Amino acid sequence: MPGFLLPLLILSPLAASVILFLFAKRISARGAGLLAAGSVGFSAVISMVLAFLLLSRTNADPFQITLWEWMRTADISAHMSFLLDPVSLVMILVVTVVGFLIHLYAARYMADDPGIARFFGCMTLFVAAMLVLVLASDLFCLFIGWEGVGLCSYLLIGFWYENPANTAAARKAFYITRIGDTAMLCGLLLLMTSAGGSLQISHILSAVTTGQLSSSVVSGAALFLLIGALAKSAQIPFQTWLPDAMAGPTPTSALIHAATMVTAGVYLIARLHMLFTAAPLVMTLMAVTGTLTLLMAACTALVQTDLKRILAWSTISQLGYMFLALGTGIWQAALFHLVTHAFFKALLFLTAGAIIARVHHEQNIFRMGGLFRAMPGVAAAFLAGASALAGLPLITAGFYSKEMILSSVWPASFALAPGLALSGHLLWGAALAGAFLTALYIFRCVFIIFPGQPQTAISGRTPRLMAIPLACLAFLSLAGGFVEMPDALVPVHLFTHMLAPAAAGSSAAISPDAVSHIAISGAEAPRWLLLAGGIAPVAGLAVAWVLWGRTRPVMREVPGQAAIVSLARAGSGTDRLYDVFFVQPFRFLAWLTRHDIIDGLITGAGRMTRRLSLFFLQVRAGSLGLASAGTITMTREGDLLLTRLQNGRVRWYAAWIVAGLCAALASALLA
Amino acid sequence: MSVLSLSDALLLAALLFATGLAGVLVRRDLLFMLMSLDIMLNAAALVFVAAGARWHDASGQVMFLMILALAASETAAGLAIILCLHARGRPSLDADTGNLLPGNLRSGNPLSGNPQPGNLQRG
Repeated sequence: MPGFLLPLLILSPLAASVILFLFAKRISARGAGLLAAGSVGFSAVISMVLAFLLLSRTNADPFQITLWEWMRTADISAHMSFLLDPVSLVMILVVTVVGFLIHLYAARYMADDPGIARFFGCMTLFVAAMLVLVLASDLFCLFIGWEGVGLCSYLLIGFWYENPANTAAARKAFYITRIGDTAMLCGLLLLMTSAGGSLQISHILSAVTTGQLSSSVVSGAALFLLIGALAKSAQIPFQTWLPDAMAGPTPTSALIHAATMVTAGVYLIARLHMLFTAAPLVMTLMAVTGTLTLLMAACTALVQTDLKRILAWSTISQLGYMFLALGTGIWQAALFHLVTHAFFKALLFLTAGAIIARVHHEQNIFRMGGLFRAMPGVAAAFLAGASALAGLPLITAGFYSKEMILSSVWPASFALAPGLALSGHLLWGAALAGAFLTALYIFRCVFIIFPGQPQTAISGRTPRLMAIPLACLAFLSLAGGFVEMPDALVPVHLFTHMLAPAAAGSSAAISPDAVSHIAISGAEAPRWLLLAGGIAPVAGLAVAWVLWGRTRPVMREVPGQAAIVSLARAGSGTDRLYDVFFVQPFRFLAWLTRHDIIDGLITGAGRMTRRLSLFFLQVRAGSLGLASAGTITMTREGDLLLTRLQNGRVRWYAAWIVAGLCAALASALLA
Repeated sequence: MSVLSLSDALLLAALLFATGLAGVLVRRDLLFMLMSLDIMLNAAALVFVAAGARWHDASGQVMFLMILALAASETAAGLAIILCLHARGRPSLDADTGNLLPGNLRSGNPLSGNPQPGNLQRG
């Protein structure tokens, strides 16, 4: 195994990033795009080579390389070490291949922006950080990547920093994911202290399976890590940052906020699935959160008018599917959906970017319309992405991945308490409703944007450099699902077979009942499940056609008055809720701190002391004056008296002596 | 002759002392004041002698001799001062006229005719 390939994979975009940041002023727009796309493309080539090497091996051992020891104390040891197993292979393929296509697209899309070098510097830095995240075999090392992608996300959301709204969105994303990062760090430290000071993933997982960790520690750590993952993946209750993150350039939205970074949480849980399997309550929480998120986000997407925001809510919804799948324990399904979602959501974002660029940065879908005639190629790409997102049966990748999730949810059961379990049927029903809603909102979008007469001036052509990635991604969105199909249709299981070594490693280590829990159980599910999974998106498409495709444009612009619409607009309501419950109290605290109470007390006390001391000063001055005046008077009087006594007349002196003698005698006698 | 009792002697001494004191306080003449002082000293000496006789102790007589010497020297010094003042051109023996130490010219005292300051200091 040529071990140098793993560091090289990360170094290539990292070096590009360093060069781009250092020579941002001197590098041309064309050069920046070429360098960035080239470096990520190089990484893509390396990851394909690695895939070939890994899959052609006979033994199932993963590639592992330890670069150096990061830190060592008596209790802690952390290594910069990387691991390539099928799970991380899937991730690096997604990150580098989709990343390469997006960079290619962005090289043209951002060509006119003066900050292009900065843009690509951040993008390539992001790719490097993401690769660190997915390759790390030490959770400390993973945390570097985790924070690195958060940083790049922040930098890129606020890329056009002249607009205060963009920087506010960037800060919001940063703060909210920061909450999750803190929780995740707590989880990591908890694991580290109870598992003997090392965060090597293999070490942790073996500690979990051998029962070295108590169940409360496992549950606590799993809960903390789940919170971290939920924040990174914008699930309830952290969903509010992702729609605002659309303030960044569209390629950023495609790469970071659709294809890769937001799926980091899914990856983390899939990577540590053995830890989570040992905490069934956390698994239940995960599944329920995912279900709620996918329904809520789908409903919200249904009433949005901003094209990119629709896609953002759709991303949240699809991530909800992945968390639902993770909650059932079928992490392979989550990873599969992650891959197909990366394809079709990147495609949708890039297509949306192409559309928005052509219609003079108009993002409201109701002001578009009739775009099909002007840009048939882009429309076809969007349609491909929309079909895959909706999961139209048989021809799209989204269908197969979503079907895998649905069929895994049906037989699962979720522990709520000892002896009490939530049936998977309920969540299956919710997920099916989500699939229907998904088709509804995305085809609403399609039917509003493309048919009919143009409503805006459409200019230019989509450049070829942007069209090529669209075509590649469209192909992947449609054909990417054929690697894994349900048994009822064609028994193809390339994807799960590829992940088999990782799955085998886990199922050999955990208890038998847990194995049966996570077993891929497509065969035992009834046939009509597949049928229902296929019909739901088609029904959504049909309803969308009835509601928005058939009617005249003037009718569909009427805003919905039904209660469901206001309920579905809850996306912004959450913001208000957080504003009331977190931001305002915090501001109040900040206000208090700014107008420091203690400082006020001290100042008040100081002012009072000052007044008192002034008062005392006056009193003292007055009394001193009085006293001194009195003293002076008395002294003068006494002086006069004594002067009169001191008259130099001897007889008087004698008389005084006698008087004194008499007085002394008298007092002696009387006493 | 009957023996003078102690209480009679003390009474006599007190009378003598009072007489002397009154002389010192009342008389303005320096010579009479010196004489009055001697009377007071003699009163004190009489008490010593009476006490010595009462307790049959010779110390009283010894003290009388010492007081005698003291009175003699005191009278000698006082007369010398008076003579000295007189030699400086002092016209009177009035004790109250010598109340200014430097002999201030402005006060219009009897020393105004003598321009030397400090003559009484030396005296």
